[in-house]
Amino acid sequence: MVRPLQAPMPLMLALLLLLAAAGTSLVIGKVWLPPVVLFDGLVAPKPNLAWLIVTELRIPRTVLALMVGATLGLGGAVLQGLLRNPLAEPGLLGVSGGAALGAVIAIYFGLAARFALATPLLGIAGALAAGALTFLFGRSGTLTLILAGSAVSGLAAAGLALALNFAPSPYAAYEITTWLLGSVAEREWSQIALCTPFILAGWLCLAATPRGLDALTLGEAQAESLGVNLNMLRALALAGVALSVGAATAMAGAIGFVGLVAPHLVRPFVGYRPSRILLPSAMFGAFLLLVTDIAIRVIPTSSELKLGVLTSLIGTPFFFWLVLRLRSLSP
Amino acid sequence: MTVLHAENVSYDIAGRSLVSNIDLACESGQFVALLGANGAGKSTLIRMLSGLERPSRGEVRLDVRPIRAIDRRELARRRAYIPQNARVEWPVAVERLVALGLMPQIPVFGDLDRAAWRKVEAALALCDLSHKTGQPATTLSGGELARAMLARALVGEPEIVIADEPLSGLDPKHAMDGVARLAALARAGRLIIASIHDLTLAARYATHVAIMRGGRLLAYGPTASTLTSSRICAAFDVDACIQGTGAQAIVDFIARPDTPAQHPFPGVASA
Repeated sequence: MVRPLQAPMPLMLALLLLLAAAGTSLVIGKVWLPPVVLFDGLVAPKPNLAWLIVTELRIPRTVLALMVGATLGLGGAVLQGLLRNPLAEPGLLGVSGGAALGAVIAIYFGLAARFALATPLLGIAGALAAGALTFLFGRSGTLTLILAGSAVSGLAAAGLALALNFAPSPYAAYEITTWLLGSVAEREWSQIALCTPFILAGWLCLAATPRGLDALTLGEAQAESLGVNLNMLRALALAGVALSVGAATAMAGAIGFVGLVAPHLVRPFVGYRPSRILLPSAMFGAFLLLVTDIAIRVIPTSSELKLGVLTSLIGTPFFFWLVLRLRSLSP
Repeated sequence: MTVLHAENVSYDIAGRSLVSNIDLACESGQFVALLGANGAGKSTLIRMLSGLERPSRGEVRLDVRPIRAIDRRELARRRAYIPQNARVEWPVAVERLVALGLMPQIPVFGDLDRAAWRKVEAALALCDLSHKTGQPATTLSGGELARAMLARALVGEPEIVIADEPLSGLDPKHAMDGVARLAALARAGRLIIASIHDLTLAARYATHVAIMRGGRLLAYGPTASTLTSSRICAAFDVDACIQGTGAQAIVDFIARPDTPAQHPFPGVASA
């Protein structure tokens, strides 16, 4: 029998690409510094300008793009496997909306200006609250989970609209809108340090799902008969997404399409096995977001092009392609 | 010797009783055909026998232990369940689909070893699917997919195979092949429970029949003595005649004089 080889080659290649992108990300920015100058800055007595730019601006930005992209890719892969729906994306369960609402509340009440950790802290709280609400109403089945997720998303969207409606000043409204567009620029190390444990805990929950996702290839009844605890699987996926995607959204705002696109693009390369797409999808999500973030720095625009805007612009044609492909698969 | 015993089980949902007070004991070597009209409660009984649904009253026991108290993975190793119209959600290769049946056997972080792949090959060969290796399971025909699901159920060598309408949607040849395969498994010492609508195939291949109507068990016993025309009439509301026994048995239905079949369009004058 011809067995699909689990060759480590593509994985190594992907890792190299990721490293190359990370390296590029450290070199490229608003201020062009030749690599030689950057390297000199790293060995010269600190602090100096090059060293500050790299450690306080570019490394945090790169690390955050990688973490957020990986989280979105992983979350999308798990949810598409759990719901067996090619249009599932990490925001489906309402946690992104909850995170955005929490962060916007921090901006709205001026907490963000006084205390740098307020935005991510309230964002995470919002994501966890949204996840808990979705779980409370939707835990009994897949369809109810999707429905509860859309209800929570709707609630969060209403809250966001309310915040914009009652924004204390045009400037506050502008600040909220800008934040919602999504970005990984100008985040402090302390904020990243706050979110990392949540993201890692979420990854751990999601890493416990692959077996169940594989069994779901046969549908829920057979998965259950194979010994999969579906309630536990749903709870793990929801908790993992609430923690990791929630924390990622709390840091970077709403970034669309990465979580939808990444699983689709890696799926054919792993024989469509739901368990095997998790790692490649996370890596591809990280790569995609980082490259998009580099593109933002390179594309000359009068005011800064936001990351979430560009991912949506890139993602939409992909969405049309997906629709066409699904149409050709199921006449 | 494995004994699966439904002890006086009932299943109610939203005030309606889908299964009431069924007592049924089956053991290794039997091929039990579950017969009954649509809505008779066959699928619900099958889900309870598989340990997937908890009875509202009564208990299903596997060798005296309550089936719901058995560890999920142990139960998954001992009994396989094939739902009605089993579908595959992703275009995974056929052998990967079949290999999913080994999930309860392999450790949490392990992949399939050489011995496991030999089992997959054997299950594919048993179900006449060896030539489909490498093909995406979503491109299989209905009969091939049903065989792939059977191979998936058999690959782990379970003591009990429970299938909900495994023959639905199959053409005559594949239906006969399918039921013969189940009968062969029973002869090899497994317990097979399957709901079947084709009474001729049930009469020919099943060692035992359980006849249901309205959530109740009308009769249960060896096929030859239990499957009678009067019981078919009671379960399905059609007159039936049974000719022959064993491999030559034929169950045929006779339209009753009062059935609307003779007057499809009352009031329309025939030409």
